[in-house]
Amino acid sequence: MGASYIPFIVFTTLWAIVGIVLPFVVPKGPNRGIIQVVLMLTAATCWLFWLCCYMAQMNPLIGPKLDRHTIMILAKEWGNSPITLAK
Amino acid sequence: MGSMFRSEEMVLAQIFIQPEAAYPLMSELGALGIVQFRDLNKDVNSFQRKFAAEVIRCDDMERKLRYVEDEMQKDKVDIPDLEEQPKAPNPREIVDLEAHLKKTEKEIVEMSESSVKLKSNFLELIELKYVLEKTAIFFNERKKSVAESPRNDLVSEDATNQEGRSQLSFVAGVIGRKRMPAFEKMLWRVCRGNVLIKQVDIDETFEDPITGNEIYKTVFVAFFQGDQLKERVTKVCSGFRATLHPCPSNSNECQDMLKEVKINIEDLTLIMNKTQDHRQRVLNAVAKDMKDWNVKVCKMKAIYHTMNYFNKDVSKKCLIAEGWIPLNDVPQVQTTLTTISSSCGSSTPSFMNVIDTNDNPPTFNRTNKFTKGFQNLIDSYGMASYGEVNPALYTIITFPFLFAVMFGDVGHAIIMLIFGAYMCIYEKSLEAKKIKSEIWTIFFGGRYIILLMGLFSIYTGFIYNDIFSLSMNIFGTSWVDAVDRISLEDINKNNFIEFNPSVDSATVPYPFGLDPIWQMGKNKIIFLNTFKMKLSIIFGVLHMIFGVSMSVINYVRFNKKYSIVLEFLPQIVFLVALFGWMVVLMIIKFVWYGAQGTDYRVGTSCAPSILIMFINMMLFKEPTQHDNCDLYIFEFQPTLQMILVVVGVLCIPTMLLGKPIYIIIQRRRQQKQIQIKDNVNKTMEMQPEIIKETDANKQESDGHGDDEPLSEVFIYQAIHTIEYVLSTISHTASYLRLWALSLAHSQLSEVLWSRIMRISSMNSFVGAPFVFLIFGAWAFLTIAILVMMEGLSAFLHTLRLHWVEFMSKFFIGLGYAFEPYSFKRILSEDE
Repeated sequence: MGASYIPFIVFTTLWAIVGIVLPFVVPKGPNRGIIQVVLMLTAATCWLFWLCCYMAQMNPLIGPKLDRHTIMILAKEWGNSPITLAK
Repeated sequence: MGSMFRSEEMVLAQIFIQPEAAYPLMSELGALGIVQFRDLNKDVNSFQRKFAAEVIRCDDMERKLRYVEDEMQKDKVDIPDLEEQPKAPNPREIVDLEAHLKKTEKEIVEMSESSVKLKSNFLELIELKYVLEKTAIFFNERKKSVAESPRNDLVSEDATNQEGRSQLSFVAGVIGRKRMPAFEKMLWRVCRGNVLIKQVDIDETFEDPITGNEIYKTVFVAFFQGDQLKERVTKVCSGFRATLHPCPSNSNECQDMLKEVKINIEDLTLIMNKTQDHRQRVLNAVAKDMKDWNVKVCKMKAIYHTMNYFNKDVSKKCLIAEGWIPLNDVPQVQTTLTTISSSCGSSTPSFMNVIDTNDNPPTFNRTNKFTKGFQNLIDSYGMASYGEVNPALYTIITFPFLFAVMFGDVGHAIIMLIFGAYMCIYEKSLEAKKIKSEIWTIFFGGRYIILLMGLFSIYTGFIYNDIFSLSMNIFGTSWVDAVDRISLEDINKNNFIEFNPSVDSATVPYPFGLDPIWQMGKNKIIFLNTFKMKLSIIFGVLHMIFGVSMSVINYVRFNKKYSIVLEFLPQIVFLVALFGWMVVLMIIKFVWYGAQGTDYRVGTSCAPSILIMFINMMLFKEPTQHDNCDLYIFEFQPTLQMILVVVGVLCIPTMLLGKPIYIIIQRRRQQKQIQIKDNVNKTMEMQPEIIKETDANKQESDGHGDDEPLSEVFIYQAIHTIEYVLSTISHTASYLRLWALSLAHSQLSEVLWSRIMRISSMNSFVGAPFVFLIFGAWAFLTIAILVMMEGLSAFLHTLRLHWVEFMSKFFIGLGYAFEPYSFKRILSEDE
């Protein structure tokens, strides 16, 4: 599998805190139930959304098709490639 | 549980009110706004009701107030706004108010009438003045043309005047300019050409005293011979409504008259100015009380109108009112009753009785300023039935979230967030402005929705890695090794290089969102399509499962537990077995298939198409073999899929026949019980059935009374089943609009950036102002097309997804809204 576990753990715990822990800490008042539902739904939807995006990329089936000038610029800015823009 | 879970519990209460306490009590209850009174005198004519006289009094006062307001508007007197709402006036105040209003109205009517008279007098005098002035010119001209010498004395001219023209007489007058040509023609015809008409236009406009319109007038003089012609001319003049003025032919008399007229005009102008001042003073004095009185009279009318709903007690001693009250507000009503009773000092206090009833109560959802917008979205579709689960609670998050999936762009989301935040932070001052524009009202009413939509869109924008169609590289792209691996030869040989994920990608995907390298790829859309389509279906199926599960709550509430097994269970099994399985396949494909492993069977060329697999599953077809790949993902997949399809298909007859058969069995059992009881005692047992039937007729929310014919039950169930089965397929596909709209949005913003913003990248000094202009164009188009149009479009689609795909799975929606007797509501309706 091409996935590291750190982002997975980080985001799952983050949304778990929002969706499972925080609802217990909501102050008592007439809107307590509403705030709890809001927190739980937010956590569930946002976590699932992030997860789908992560899963889509962890085992990619195709790669990006880049134009050669773009590759040269990328090599210069992002990478350690010996290719330079001397030309 | 939050108070929005379902609508509030309502009780029907009877309130016995002492007549002295009635008016102050209604005044208090109107301020509270928690009771919806029922009309107990429905069949009584509105003129025969008890308080009809008072309502007529209020109407009269309103009429007087309107008249005074109109007069104020004519004179452009400012009516200042109210600081705070006054309370409804007590009976003593009412009498004072009435008297005051009557006096004011009389004064203003008198002033108006007198000013009309003054104005018409003034008009006449002015006309006379012009006639005198202009005819003097005529006579001077005529004399000049007649007399030999140009400068003759006036007296001698008179003598010459008398000679040849002893019989020539004339009339002088004023007529409206528009009528002049027709008038001329008429006179010519009537006098057979024996008339000479001269006319001069008056430049100054006249104000019509009644209507206030401005009219242009013309002075004319008609010369003729003989009395007959004079009669005819006079008749024609009166027919054309020309005012004739006596004009002396003698120029001395002319001048004297003119002087007199001028003095009169001056006097009259003075009087008119004084009258106008007096009028202004009176109106201004009344102006500051106008709104106050308006509110008071309105409240009073509302009180009497509602009191007309009440019944008179048998002993004719007190009034009986019936109304719906939310259970949580009953103590408040009771305390109000006791306070009013004690303050009125009546011998017997007013009290309240809660009565049991089978009537359908109104639906009341207590909302605050935040939840009100979302509740409105749901109520627009249909008012929830009483006691039904309230979808608005979940809409608070699912609506902005689904919007954000379609809108996902950080830049546009920030614009939307700023707009929403501005409206929310300054809501008090914006509300006080009372802006009347309807578009603004819509936006302002949905300010919290817009705020949340902006927040969620920022999140999805980060995940789609799209800020004004550009991507951010926060964590470092995971394809960086691929870039390093490219050699100079490769670049020289090919225009495009496609990275091979089996070799080139890092083992770790981009941790948060989409890898920024995709923004520059030519095949970006291919990748995004697979991602977004799967995402849409996953969320769609989950949303629908959530919707179907909501129906359980309703079945439990309305005591139809058998429906949980006979309706909910087959529905959810059908949905999960087929479409839930599709979601599972998608997740398996995400996790299992990748190009990075060494096993080609789980590589790119062998990754199955989920859609084809699903279709094959439904049609029990064998997949086509290609390329040495496995036919199925795992070994027992074909058997598992067959079981799932069979189970799913079996659910359909369960849905179709389960509930009707249960009802048949239930009715047979009831009939047997009745027959057994019948044998014991005949007559008494007939009645409960009849009562049960009439009760069942009243309960509309049930839909299936005990007396509903069996054929109806079957038909209803058949329609329901077909609708549900077809809708699972069509709604699942409908959720693909989440993909479609987000694709459209990202492509539009890319077009705007690459075609408009990019052309401003120049390297010369000219570039600076050019960038300024191009940025202006780009910004305008971004806001107009991408934020407003796309925002509106995504809003509409999200609303549709909620109303149709989500709520059709469980929503009944046959309730009616709770409309309490509340001054706030009545006053805002009037505005």
